[in-house]
Amino acid sequence: MAYQFDFGAILPHWKLLLDGVVLTTELAAIGAVAGVGLGILGAWARTARTPVISQLVGVYVELIRNTPFLVQLFFIFFGLPALGIKLSEFQAAALAMVVNLGAYSTEIVRAGIQAIPAGQIEAAQSLAMNRVQIFRYIIIRPALKKIWPALSSQVVIVMLGSSVCSQIAAEELTFAANYIQGMNFRAFEVYFVTTGLYLVMSILLRQILKVFGNFLFERRNHA
Amino acid sequence: MPEFTLWDIVHNLLLAARWTVLLSILAFVLGSIVGLALLLVRTAGNRWAVRFVRGYVELFQGTPLLMQLFIVFFGLPLLGLDVSPWIAATFGLTLFTSAFLTEIWRGCVESVAKGQWEASTALGMNFTQQMLYVILPQALRIAVPPTVGFSVQVVKGTAVTSIIGFVELTKAGTMITNATYAPFTVYGCVAVLYFLICYPLSLYARHLEGKFRHVTR
Repeated sequence: MAYQFDFGAILPHWKLLLDGVVLTTELAAIGAVAGVGLGILGAWARTARTPVISQLVGVYVELIRNTPFLVQLFFIFFGLPALGIKLSEFQAAALAMVVNLGAYSTEIVRAGIQAIPAGQIEAAQSLAMNRVQIFRYIIIRPALKKIWPALSSQVVIVMLGSSVCSQIAAEELTFAANYIQGMNFRAFEVYFVTTGLYLVMSILLRQILKVFGNFLFERRNHA
Repeated sequence: MPEFTLWDIVHNLLLAARWTVLLSILAFVLGSIVGLALLLVRTAGNRWAVRFVRGYVELFQGTPLLMQLFIVFFGLPLLGLDVSPWIAATFGLTLFTSAFLTEIWRGCVESVAKGQWEASTALGMNFTQQMLYVILPQALRIAVPPTVGFSVQVVKGTAVTSIIGFVELTKAGTMITNATYAPFTVYGCVAVLYFLICYPLSLYARHLEGKFRHVTR
């Protein structure tokens, strides 16, 4: 008996999918902003000459980069309550994404910082700029500009990775898909459409980050 | 209810970790074969072949691994194939791996100087000979560090297969948690085991990077 596809069976549930898209977007936005912020902090700590802090950040980066996101998520959601830290599904998912992206972007931003020629920093010092000014104008802006494409890819990867947050019942897009699938038993159709939605979201996100990068790094150079 | 000691937990996790390792190796080897085939199609083929491979890469890099696994797991039975989680996991991860590897290797082949193609054409070599004797040996050298680095992503990717019911390290962790009510310890151990698998690979990739950078300069 041949299988009859019925994509129409998803239509009545479009609102659930939309809610899922919204929540995935929220998670991605929180993860991107806080994660990259954490990454900049981490990269700064890693390049500053304070051995203990730099090493601690190094351990954090290696721990996160060498374990699966799903396990980090389970550890945060199921494990941390043992230490008295109870988080909602959404909080746990958001925290896991921030911690995860923070580690990757620490490495990426650090690579950008290391690519800044030492002469630039010496020149800034001879202009009597202080450490904060040097970091802000001489180091981080050109560094971010250089590594923006790599950072954007990582943000997209983390957004797509958020699909496993359905496993702790955070009600993002995959959770919505699972839920609909449980109601109409049209697993293939539901996941097919959801995959399409993710594809559109990742293409859009990449474009947004590109435009945002242009805005951030190009315009003020001419001012 | 039986009591679980720490050793019981670690012992059971280690047993499950074998499946993580086996699945990683399978996906990596099969993914390499498919990835290489895609690379050759892309390099040798016409405009449509290039477009096909580009679309393939875009599809797998632009969607979550979990969705890819779901589609395989729920899609293959529609074609009349009876798939176990084991087969679905291998199949899905192989496709995922092949898309990333073919993209990494494309960059490596393109970084081989254009003069090398022209010179080998001038020597009357056909495509197979060019690839085999001129391009791939040079590309391979650049390709090794990022390929080893990507193997870490494959190992971590296997964790997602727990969701379609494949019993590997993460799934075992969930099952043991349900029996022991000690999620902090169990998931802590799970994370440590993944780290013990992945970190040596990461270090090796970094070591190779340093080594090859030295050679090419």
